[in-house]
Amino acid sequence: MTIEPSERVETVPPSGIRRFFELAEEMDDIISLGVGEPDFSAPWAAREAAITSLELGRTSYTANRGRRELRELIAENVDRRYDLEYDPDEEVLVTTGASEGVDLALRAVVDPGDTVAVVQPSYVSYVPGVIFAGGEPLPVPTTKETDFKLTTDALYDAGADEADALVLCYPNNPTGATMNGAELEPIAEFAREHDLVVLSDEIYSELSYEHDHTSIATLPGMRERTIVFNGFSKAYAMTGLRLGYALGPPEAIGAMNRIHQYTMLSAPTTAQYAAIEALENCDDAVREMRQQYDRRRRLVLSRFEEMGIECFPASGAFYAFPESPWDDSEAFAEALLEEEHVAVVPGTAFGEGGEGHLRVSYATGMDDLKEALDRIESFIS
Amino acid sequence: MDLSEELLELLQENARYSIDDLARMTDAEPEAVEAEIERLESEGVIRGYQAVIDFEETERERVRAVVELNVTLDRETSYGDIAARIVQFPEVRELRLVSGDYDFDMEVQGDSMREVSHFISDKIAPIPEITQTVTHYHMDTYKTQGIVLGDSDEDDRLSISP
Repeated sequence: MTIEPSERVETVPPSGIRRFFELAEEMDDIISLGVGEPDFSAPWAAREAAITSLELGRTSYTANRGRRELRELIAENVDRRYDLEYDPDEEVLVTTGASEGVDLALRAVVDPGDTVAVVQPSYVSYVPGVIFAGGEPLPVPTTKETDFKLTTDALYDAGADEADALVLCYPNNPTGATMNGAELEPIAEFAREHDLVVLSDEIYSELSYEHDHTSIATLPGMRERTIVFNGFSKAYAMTGLRLGYALGPPEAIGAMNRIHQYTMLSAPTTAQYAAIEALENCDDAVREMRQQYDRRRRLVLSRFEEMGIECFPASGAFYAFPESPWDDSEAFAEALLEEEHVAVVPGTAFGEGGEGHLRVSYATGMDDLKEALDRIESFIS
Repeated sequence: MDLSEELLELLQENARYSIDDLARMTDAEPEAVEAEIERLESEGVIRGYQAVIDFEETERERVRAVVELNVTLDRETSYGDIAARIVQFPEVRELRLVSGDYDFDMEVQGDSMREVSHFISDKIAPIPEITQTVTHYHMDTYKTQGIVLGDSDEDDRLSISP
């Protein structure tokens, strides 16, 4: 016999990034601006804490929700930075990357047939996550006209007022857009009015360059209907350690933990020790990395402007989302890769509203970044 | 962070950034960047620009040593006076007054151990105020001026990731 994949799996196409990845992997000496993770390593103090935990033999499971010490630090940290108040025992869940948190939340709150509005262009996991959870994804496209910020017009146009839940991510992957408190206010009002559960992926919260990050959960009436996802991957350059957390009301976190305790048991123990150190002692490293990203961001935006490539002023994460010089962004990205050995990701990989754009990651050292920009410039001229 | 502070950081990171790139990175006009760097130079904040060299990778041999110096002072002679004489020698790369068991921390460079040893015994030790020298030759350098020497790490990230 052969093992037939389930219908659930068959309905989800393979990641659009995959094909491009295979093309890029075949080539030598490419400079990649297609990477969705920091080019830094985790701060040494955090790595050393992980090593020490291994030397001490800390290799067993932790509590399902994560080590209490870590949950307390997370609660203190989000309170100090974002005015988010959550009880470490009832309202914090340590997950295997923020991705696990999103998956758990979708499975914990979505019933079969429920509609989940997904703001797009978006990170590649949300739509498949909705489908795996048995829900119906409803794309809510955002456009360059609003600097890829979500508006209530976009929500109404997509019919999200009929949806059961809304997934959003600011600062945004892939666009680099951010939303401040005033811009989130009407979205919060929409969610209250139409009774939506909000899943807010805030993994890039430390990488907001023009204004302090505001979590939608801090707006009036939002805490009880919002689940926030964050983690250590981006701010602390700990992607491979796979550690994130979810914050939400006790019933939501409890439901997520019920899945998590059976399917994951607990998030990686070594990573939890690294994360404790990260929260206690690595603020300076985060600040330093943010500053480096910000300088690269300004360089990239200036260079695009000088080259005549249209690009809205991306203000978060480590992405710019310029317009593709050719209408067909896939064709452009492929030609750029073949001719100039520079990899960028076509916007089509990120759902509706992505076509005609390119995701350009500046999580790359300054020398390579400048070289890649020079090559893009020579390619289009 | 104001412009001069940011420029100092960037130039310490890479003194060969072009004026245009510095302007792009700091969101300033190239003219403003150029003027600010000139001001920092003329006011003596920026004293020079140098390459960070890994001499292990060169043909020519260099010998470097850290030398601890103890001195005695009198009414007519201050630390500054002694330092003013020592810094004149081109062999001396660094000289600092330090706290602790000895007074000056001096770094010297020469083409051979013999040359460096002779320099210390013939030029430094005879200075009347110097009462003791302890020389430590550099055996290997792992990090200098904030830059880790040795093979650079490969970027092992996936070339494309979501």
